[in-house]
Amino acid sequence: MIFGLSIAFWITALFTVAGALAAALLKNLVHCALSLTVTFAGLAILFLQLDAQFAGFAQMLVYIGAVAILVVFAILLTRGAGAPEYRIYTSSWLAGIAIAAAVFALLAWSVITSLPAGAGSAAPDVTVLSIGQALMSTYVLPLEIVAVVLTVALIGAVIVAMHDKGDAKTHEQKGGAQ
Amino acid sequence: MTPLAGFLIVAALVFAIGLAVALTRRNAIMVLIGIELMLNAANLNLIAFWRFSPHPEALTGMMFALFSIAVAAAEAAVGLGLVIAYHRHTKTTDLDAMPRMKG
Repeated sequence: MIFGLSIAFWITALFTVAGALAAALLKNLVHCALSLTVTFAGLAILFLQLDAQFAGFAQMLVYIGAVAILVVFAILLTRGAGAPEYRIYTSSWLAGIAIAAAVFALLAWSVITSLPAGAGSAAPDVTVLSIGQALMSTYVLPLEIVAVVLTVALIGAVIVAMHDKGDAKTHEQKGGAQ
Repeated sequence: MTPLAGFLIVAALVFAIGLAVALTRRNAIMVLIGIELMLNAANLNLIAFWRFSPHPEALTGMMFALFSIAVAAAEAAVGLGLVIAYHRHTKTTDLDAMPRMKG
């Protein structure tokens, strides 16, 4: 126990922050995507340490299983793999770092100064059954809205990424079909 | 330092790194990665506050985090689709080289 927190927490936190830092600093975009996956995994383990098993495994499925793969596909489709030939940071990088540091300083200051909270209660008795019952009773309207949002996002992403009508490739495909 | 403070500090660190990534990197995909980091940090905050709340069996924070994960997944799909569409038009994902976002 260090500062009232377990060794497992500190190791996981170290991995999470190191992965995020590597994603911020590495040049090769594929390496960035891999370190992003490390951060996602660390956050999922932190969720598990917070007794949120369902959220932890949902995090693993959605982020490591889907979002990381999606990011890698986007990098490869835009030929972003390999070290870029130009600078990787914008011309206004100093202002960006200053803003991020100020935001972190504010967040850390408010967390450290304003927490009289206790060490926390015993582990809550939350099972997948109770989550499912809550989703189907109290939260059924948000669940349906999220279903609509996901459908709209799926169709929208396909339409946005689809070839245009004026595109030469589409004409070729049409000609081949006819 | 209480356990809640530890988790909140980690979330604040990840959020700040994500913000720095979104503000300083030139590649559009890296900006989306930064946004994902910030969303994940917010989720960690939600779960931590849920775990150390007086009534965790009410499941409010947990549900908020689950819906947030779903919306973040939709955001990632649409954002990366936009980047791919823009790349097909201009052959670049460099943000400094896209001063206008006309199709």
